[in-house]
Amino acid sequence: MTVKYTEEHEWLKVDGETVTVGITKYAAEQLGDVVFVELPEENRSANKGDEIAVVESVKAASDVYSPIGGIVTAVNSALEGEPELVNKDPQGEGWFVKMLIADHAELESLMDEAAYQAFCDGL
Amino acid sequence: MADQDTHLLQTPLHELHVQLGAKMVGFAGYDMPIQFEGVKAEHLWTREHCGLFDVSHMGPCYLTISGGVRNDPEAHIEIAKLIEMLVPSDIQGLKPGQARLTVLLNDDGGILDDLIITRPRSPDHQGMLYIVVNGAMKHQDWALMREKLSPHAELTRADDQILVALQGPEAEAVVTGHFPEAAELGFMECIRLEKDDLSCLVSRCGYTGEDGFELLIPSEGVAFVTELLADERVKPIGLGARDSLRLEAGLCLYGHDLDPSKTPVEASLTWVIQKNRREAADFPGAAKILDQIANGPTLKRVGIQPIGRAPAREHTPIMFDDVQVGEITSGGFGPSVDAPVAMGYVEAGHSKIGTELTLMVRGKPHPAKVCKLPFVPHNYKR
Repeated sequence: MTVKYTEEHEWLKVDGETVTVGITKYAAEQLGDVVFVELPEENRSANKGDEIAVVESVKAASDVYSPIGGIVTAVNSALEGEPELVNKDPQGEGWFVKMLIADHAELESLMDEAAYQAFCDGL
Repeated sequence: MADQDTHLLQTPLHELHVQLGAKMVGFAGYDMPIQFEGVKAEHLWTREHCGLFDVSHMGPCYLTISGGVRNDPEAHIEIAKLIEMLVPSDIQGLKPGQARLTVLLNDDGGILDDLIITRPRSPDHQGMLYIVVNGAMKHQDWALMREKLSPHAELTRADDQILVALQGPEAEAVVTGHFPEAAELGFMECIRLEKDDLSCLVSRCGYTGEDGFELLIPSEGVAFVTELLADERVKPIGLGARDSLRLEAGLCLYGHDLDPSKTPVEASLTWVIQKNRREAADFPGAAKILDQIANGPTLKRVGIQPIGRAPAREHTPIMFDDVQVGEITSGGFGPSVDAPVAMGYVEAGHSKIGTELTLMVRGKPHPAKVCKLPFVPHNYKR
């Protein structure tokens, strides 16, 4: 399975026609203690760059933008009762949504792990 | 550093914050720590142990009658009468060493700032008041005091010094380890004490709802603050937790919960106006404020308890039956209550505790209730 990253600190795990999307460890550390995640409705279609979720930490609310176009096929309802999963396991159990990929070409422009690591080191 | 940060001032503790790994932000013109280990952990530490806050960006100052201090209670009356022209609280009636929260008012009764005024304890220093105003408002406040009170009183800034707050159930043990006499202080009482060669003002007050102290320490006292932080009961706390602590304690933040469009009655701070001042009706905006006390204000600051987990931040509209009846002025997540907490202004008809309202968070309705403040019981030393 390929994992891709965005400059907005989201990760995408590609599995055939679908991707799982969440925020990176770096983003979770920057946000601090996550206390609430607002997730989209299932079956919602989103364009690349649309707001699909909001993460509330003790400090502030932050928008999460759809890293690619597609249709939301599942949301991580575990975050409702346990938003701290985003801090505990951001790139695993703390996932946000699964999406059906509209256009695989959109994945091409995203960073791989090495490129994302270099991007974070430069921040 | 980016160019926009270069003009930021630094408190005497700046280097210490950086050494301790603080994340720094611009606040009230100063480069200040927003967090050290994390907002939630710092918040909870303060409620259980003792948090140390650098509040040197604030505006401590002394207001002294022309001619200077003297050993004469009448000198206190003279300086108190002067400041009472600007605030609605009974300052003449302060006992030696007593402090009081009050508000600076404009001629419409609007709140220009909230501040703490202390009468010196020493009989030799009567005719002076120790005043602490908000950091973001200090230049406005000091200009106002000078404009209105000069040449009868002189204002001396003390914001080059270190101002730290030690807050939490273990603050007393920590502070009395250095200042044994501080044990005698009750809430809102102040005494000048020596620590080695440092002459410090020790006040039993704070902004967290916990027992605690604020220490005004000469700027050369950084080593003393380092010593305080070396105590295993003490951790440095940033502005992030300062905000969540004060919000849970139901305390107002100027520029958010208070501003010139709000009177003390609307702000649910009527208690800062003592009976003798109400009877005298001699403060700015008295006619409007006394009318609101008698007949009730149209808007009122209340506690808002969101139902569910979604925090409602500042400017969130408050609705009743699809009509907007107010707005959140402070809101976030309260780590001690483990739930979202907020306060805001609502039309008086919807201000009763228990009233069910709706918060429009990002365009979506979320249920909420008017609740009593504070969210966490105050733990003051009376």
